[in-house]
Amino acid sequence: MGVGITVEHLNAFYAKTQALFDINIVVQANHATALIGPSGCGKSTFIRCLNRMHETIPEARVEGLVRIGDLSVYNGTSATQLRRRVGMVFQKPNPFPTMSIYDNVAAGLKLNGFGNRRQLDEIVEKSLHASALWDEVKDHLHKKSGASLSGGQQQRLCIARALAVQPEVLLMDEPCSALDPISTGKIEELIFQLKEQYTIVIVTHNMQQAARVAEFTGFFLLGKMIEFDKTEKIFTNPSDKRTEDYVTGRFG
Amino acid sequence: MADTNSNSTAALIPQVSVPPISLRRRVMDHVMTGAAVLTVALVLLPLFAIFAYLVYKGIGSINLAFLTQTPKPVGEPGGGMANAIVGSTVILGIASLLGVPLGIGAGIFLSEYGRNRYGDIVRFVSDVLNGVPSIVIGIVAYGLVVMRQKHFSALAGGVALAIMMVPTIARTTEQMLLLVPQAIREAAYGIGVSRWRTTLSITLRTATSGVITGVMLAFARVAGETAPLLFTAFGNQYWNWSTDQPTAALSLQIFTYAISPFDEWHRQAWAGALVLIVLIVGAVAAVRIAVKHGTLAGA
Repeated sequence: MGVGITVEHLNAFYAKTQALFDINIVVQANHATALIGPSGCGKSTFIRCLNRMHETIPEARVEGLVRIGDLSVYNGTSATQLRRRVGMVFQKPNPFPTMSIYDNVAAGLKLNGFGNRRQLDEIVEKSLHASALWDEVKDHLHKKSGASLSGGQQQRLCIARALAVQPEVLLMDEPCSALDPISTGKIEELIFQLKEQYTIVIVTHNMQQAARVAEFTGFFLLGKMIEFDKTEKIFTNPSDKRTEDYVTGRFG
Repeated sequence: MADTNSNSTAALIPQVSVPPISLRRRVMDHVMTGAAVLTVALVLLPLFAIFAYLVYKGIGSINLAFLTQTPKPVGEPGGGMANAIVGSTVILGIASLLGVPLGIGAGIFLSEYGRNRYGDIVRFVSDVLNGVPSIVIGIVAYGLVVMRQKHFSALAGGVALAIMMVPTIARTTEQMLLLVPQAIREAAYGIGVSRWRTTLSITLRTATSGVITGVMLAFARVAGETAPLLFTAFGNQYWNWSTDQPTAALSLQIFTYAISPFDEWHRQAWAGALVLIVLIVGAVAAVRIAVKHGTLAGA
């Protein structure tokens, strides 16, 4: 089951440059929340703060409070433990190039010492079903490398890999930006199904996509969260002039 | 419908007539391609020349006795370099056992944790070490191992060669790990894999073939070294199965035989050189094949 996310007074920095300014947001469990805004406005930085990926960059740091369910992200939780509960799908598909399709999906469990072969088989199959890739790869799970798949398949493989560790939250950082419309459609369909079990936060440059998949939408500009509301409201009747300008295409 | 479509597309593309490729450009193309082929030939020529000459000079002296017997005293015909072949294998084994893990470890440090001043120091020292004459490294191993043990040994020879392997392996490992995209590391972090596990099971594994190339380069380079073994392994005319005793090595044996005044020994030196080259090529090829079989098709 998904869990909600609470963010209070979040500030993020790259060395001395501040990238996020006092972000406050409550993300509903089992819903999809989209983050939109022009390039460089801090959307990616923001979701990378949710699974502590931000701090893997040298000299980057975070201030403020993030809670995933009952877990306080920046207070005594180890980053590795946290990331098993908060999965992530990246902008560019990044399967492990030396691993088979099976091993790619099983990697998160295997590398953490999970050795039960039969259960592993089951989880791999379930995850590939969930990411709608099973039928396309079931005949060469062990023979083909993850890198030999097409871009859209690779991205669904990465989603399966994230699902296999059974997270509660799924972060997606522009998951369709490198994909063609058909693959994009498949992934959007997927997001619809995944919502039933996971809380989804998705960064996107495509406003139609936000409108299609997300119940809630946040608009970022220059490191600040300008507006956060129901998707319908953001796109039809935003409260802030800047949001209106952006969604109607007047700038950005 | 299709007609109107193609018409409208044609209208969008400005009509340009592409001039035919000039004779000068075509000739230049052939000249440059030829030059590239010629350089390849020039690079490969010495390699084949050396190998052919070794075969020509050495093959006549290679027989069962050469591969199974120890050297005979001066004046007695026959005898072989079996003890030196085994000795070289042992010394190189010790060198690899010590040098490969240390070199790869240093490379991992430099690439994953050494993007700072401390890493710069290690990089600089490693490059300097790479340039230290091998005889000097022999003296260091003499001081470190031989002086303490009070006798020459295969271990001392292995230590000397290991010191020579480390910088090459460290720097190539570093370069190969840096080629692994950051996105691959992030993918592993993203599914809750710890940093050290990511480095070992993901980053290093992705870079395996490159790292192995570095290891093989270092191995092949030290396999023929003579100077660092002169006062560490020292050489031995008899069988010796202990790593604690003076040990024969092919390179030392070749050196001793080549500077001797006896024709029989000269012939054996050529044969020894041939065996040494074949062993090095064989070892490198074996590792390459093993790695190729171990990795996934299409990866």
